[in-house]
Amino acid sequence: MTLRVLYFASLKDRTGASEETIDIRDGADVAALWAALQERHPRLRDVTVRPLAACDMAYAPWERTLDGVREVAFLPPASGG
Amino acid sequence: MIRIQPGPIDVAALLAAVGSDADGAVASFVGIVRNENAGHRVLFLEYEAYAGMAEREMEAIATEARDRFGVSRVAVVHRVGRLEVGEASVAIAVAAPHRAAALEACRFVIDTLKRTVPIWKREHVEGGAVWIEGGGR
Repeated sequence: MTLRVLYFASLKDRTGASEETIDIRDGADVAALWAALQERHPRLRDVTVRPLAACDMAYAPWERTLDGVREVAFLPPASGG
Repeated sequence: MIRIQPGPIDVAALLAAVGSDADGAVASFVGIVRNENAGHRVLFLEYEAYAGMAEREMEAIATEARDRFGVSRVAVVHRVGRLEVGEASVAIAVAAPHRAAALEACRFVIDTLKRTVPIWKREHVEGGAVWIEGGGR
């Protein structure tokens, strides 16, 4: 399946892109996607605080399977306000 | 009124937007860019948001505030882009029949926003810039 992946703040600096398209096997979950992205972007490997994930703009646990999801975002801890 | 915007926040318009003849109280919170953080000078801040999700999360917080505190209306506006010292980064207005609910709901909205709404600030200091992530201060 094909997904749109979004990165924000320091994660965007590490990947050098705010978004990309990635193909991943059917049935993969958020954790599997993150592992695949770490393969693709070596600088994601030393992220110390595991980011939050959002699937189609809603927070999702890392066990969430991605079937039917179109957009996954990885979000560092928020610092708005 | 719930939104992420690049331009300056009109706080007076926000206060006017939530009020009604049935509400005796409008509480507000305005977050301002400070000139220092943890002992070092801050030149300016840059805010980034996952705008679509941020607006959804802010809507959810406003709905929860109305349910929990019985307030009438909640408005939340957060800026993105470059903000200078002294500029408002976020403004919240809450209208309610009486002050206690308005004040409590306003505090709930800003405290929750800082934890859950996908917005980040990048602090520009002498010689560089760094993303601030987490803390919710």
